Amino acid sequence: MKILYGMQRPDEGEIRVNGAPVGFHTPADAIAAGIGMVHQHFMLADNLTVLENVVLGSEPRRGGLALDFAAARKKIKEISDAYGLGVRPDVPVEDLGVGDRQRVEILKVLYRGARILILDEPTAVLVPHEVDELFDNLRGLVREGLTILFISHKLDEVLRVADEITVIRRGTTVATVNPRDVTSRKLAELMVGSELPSPETRESTVTDVVALSVRDLTVRTGDGRPVVDNVSFDIHKGEVLGIAGVEGNGQAELVEAIMGMRPCEAGALTLAGADISQWSTLKRRAGGIGYIPEDRHRHGLLLESPLWENRILGHQTRRPNIRGPWIDRAGARADTRRIVEEYDVRTPGIDVDAATLSGGNQQKLIVGREMSGHPVLLIASHPTRGVDIGAQAAIWDHLRTARAAGLAVLLISADLDELIGLSDTLKVILRGRIVADVDPANVTPEQLGSAMTGAGEETV
Amino acid sequence: MNGFLDRVLGRVKLGGWLAVVAPLIAVVFAVLITSVVLLAAGKDPVLAFTTLADYGTQPRSMAMILNTGVMYYISALAVAVGFRMNLFNIGVDGQYRLAAVIAAGLGGAAVVPGVLNIVLVIVVAVVVGALWAAIAGLLRVYRGVSEVISTIMLNAIATGLGSWLVSEHFGVLTGNDLGTRPIPDDAHMPGIPLIAGTPVLVNGFIVVAVLLGIAYWVVLNRTRFGFELRATGKSESAAVASGVSVKKMIVVTMVMSGAVAGLIGMPELLGASYKYSNNFPAGLGFTGIAIALLGRNNPVGMAVGALLWSFLDNSSNQLQLLDISKEIVQIMQGVVVLSVIIAYELVHRYRIVAEQRRVSRELAAPQEAPKAEAAA
Repeated sequence: MKILYGMQRPDEGEIRVNGAPVGFHTPADAIAAGIGMVHQHFMLADNLTVLENVVLGSEPRRGGLALDFAAARKKIKEISDAYGLGVRPDVPVEDLGVGDRQRVEILKVLYRGARILILDEPTAVLVPHEVDELFDNLRGLVREGLTILFISHKLDEVLRVADEITVIRRGTTVATVNPRDVTSRKLAELMVGSELPSPETRESTVTDVVALSVRDLTVRTGDGRPVVDNVSFDIHKGEVLGIAGVEGNGQAELVEAIMGMRPCEAGALTLAGADISQWSTLKRRAGGIGYIPEDRHRHGLLLESPLWENRILGHQTRRPNIRGPWIDRAGARADTRRIVEEYDVRTPGIDVDAATLSGGNQQKLIVGREMSGHPVLLIASHPTRGVDIGAQAAIWDHLRTARAAGLAVLLISADLDELIGLSDTLKVILRGRIVADVDPANVTPEQLGSAMTGAGEETV
Repeated sequence: MNGFLDRVLGRVKLGGWLAVVAPLIAVVFAVLITSVVLLAAGKDPVLAFTTLADYGTQPRSMAMILNTGVMYYISALAVAVGFRMNLFNIGVDGQYRLAAVIAAGLGGAAVVPGVLNIVLVIVVAVVVGALWAAIAGLLRVYRGVSEVISTIMLNAIATGLGSWLVSEHFGVLTGNDLGTRPIPDDAHMPGIPLIAGTPVLVNGFIVVAVLLGIAYWVVLNRTRFGFELRATGKSESAAVASGVSVKKMIVVTMVMSGAVAGLIGMPELLGASYKYSNNFPAGLGFTGIAIALLGRNNPVGMAVGALLWSFLDNSSNQLQLLDISKEIVQIMQGVVVLSVIIAYELVHRYRIVAEQRRVSRELAAPQEAPKAEAAA
């Protein structure tokens, strides 16, 4: 999608528009070829009017300097009427609702002459009747001969609006189907993969000592919409609790709430018997939560600092890094060498910047760091995302070993191999709610797929 | 294994020698640009630079350069504390002037005798500077006001407040000069005869400046607080995930920066003019920003930068003897700062790329060895 819009370059392959091969270097090239993109997050300036937003960046000129607002208003009116968008050009964007804003975004790309529209998760922010209006608009656009690429996780919507469906899983095309020939169940199965990995046979190490208990956890966005909705679960010592779900269904917010990085309403949040709901992130970490963040570059590392300083990050209140108010350089450096050794971090030394390591080695360093200091609970958010296969296997091994030693693990992942291979218990999250409990030992792709995508809302 | 030799040979960090080369290149570049400007004005650049150098190496000028440099250095430290956390304390200027006014007023009143008065003046200055800066910190944390905007505005308020305090409360008229009552003789900071061959003494605050420089380095590089500060500056998101309270860090850093800023006016107040009047040096806060950039927030680099700046400022008058406008020095100062920033950025990018290449090369080598064995 980013490649289609010229934001990234492909490594190989080619793109053809109307039969002619094209190469995009910037979004401007894509726009010139008639491709327009409506982003999931609106890119509008709130304090400007619809008209000003639409012309921003491609203002019609009059006499070289002056802006020709009259011509722009006329053109916007024409486009709006032609496709039945009903956009009022002189209203400030801040006064518009979400559905109207989306129509402004669509108008913006049409104004630039787009004949092919890419819509990225356009319904994510809409309420049902707005979705209906959007679909009416889209059908209008198609009638006028435009092409629309509609990207969504929601199967029922895709089935309703599309003329052809292509399923992509892990970056490859899995299938292209006709919506009249498939059911949403069949589609879900395609998305999940028809063969699920079978969990490795092994001794269960689950004990009945609860390490983390979460009750009625709710996280709201700024406008009060719940992104995590009444989530409750217990993780026992020696248990890996997997959370499966299509990305963007509240997993990140759930993790940040447990880490204390995001305000939440919770019935109770207890770690090894202690109420931690009022604790700061630092206290929660010191109290025994290890955290492998989803985005290691943003949350896990100081890229331009040496490895041994990264060893201190997040553990800056504990030995061997600290002695009183002082940094214990010798202690931190020695322990970094231990991690490099034990976790097989491939690096020429501990004085190189974290940025110079490969993703897999960066991740092994983080895993090693978060396993230090005997954590009670490890939150592993996409622990093997973007790492090579060797590092992936190593990280899985480390998680299994730690679990056998009594560590409780909250595993968030979009990788079903990982979830089914590691988890003792599997829960499915959809739109911020836990919608299903699944036994990883004998779940079928249909069950998992329909639970993850909301194709059927029943408990499996 | 990664020992001293590796560092000397640049195997561990190319930053080592490149860090010295970059500012040198920048200074040479600035000399070249200035020469071009001088030539364009029909003046002889060689004569101009030798005049500057001659003046700068005389004992009397060296003492004066040190004295101005002390103030510049403290100012740079105040700015650099914020810079390390990505906080732009533009308000160092207002913080030191307001601190100096209030401290001068209290010192002139001579509430306590002798050395105690010196201590009182310094403590008051530090507290006033810290409190004034705290306003900007609190506004940023609780109201989301950019510290750049708020400190610029606070500078203007500090100017007005200072004039009002001098004219309405602390002021005495000596001839035409309205200033605070002079601090009594027993509370003067003694000078140090550091440079032989001149009766000009070096301001006693040079000791304070050196201690501050060392404290700055120790706090930032050797303490947990300094680690959290640098981590926040490098990646706020990573700092949050690691449990650093960014809000607290913003306020504390701002307060520290302001406290150091409070000291900027002290060498002048306790070691030279002994009062705050219209002749009190202004604009030192902005000089500090330039020097912090020049020295890349490094305590030694900033010391060199402060001396260079002070040398240029002190010797600029000599150019007028050659019928060259002294403002040529400002051109040079400006070009130095700009070229240092550019040179460092280029060196920095070069370093990252070179290090990545080096890491992958070193990692590739041992993996090839077993293959070779297997082949044999």
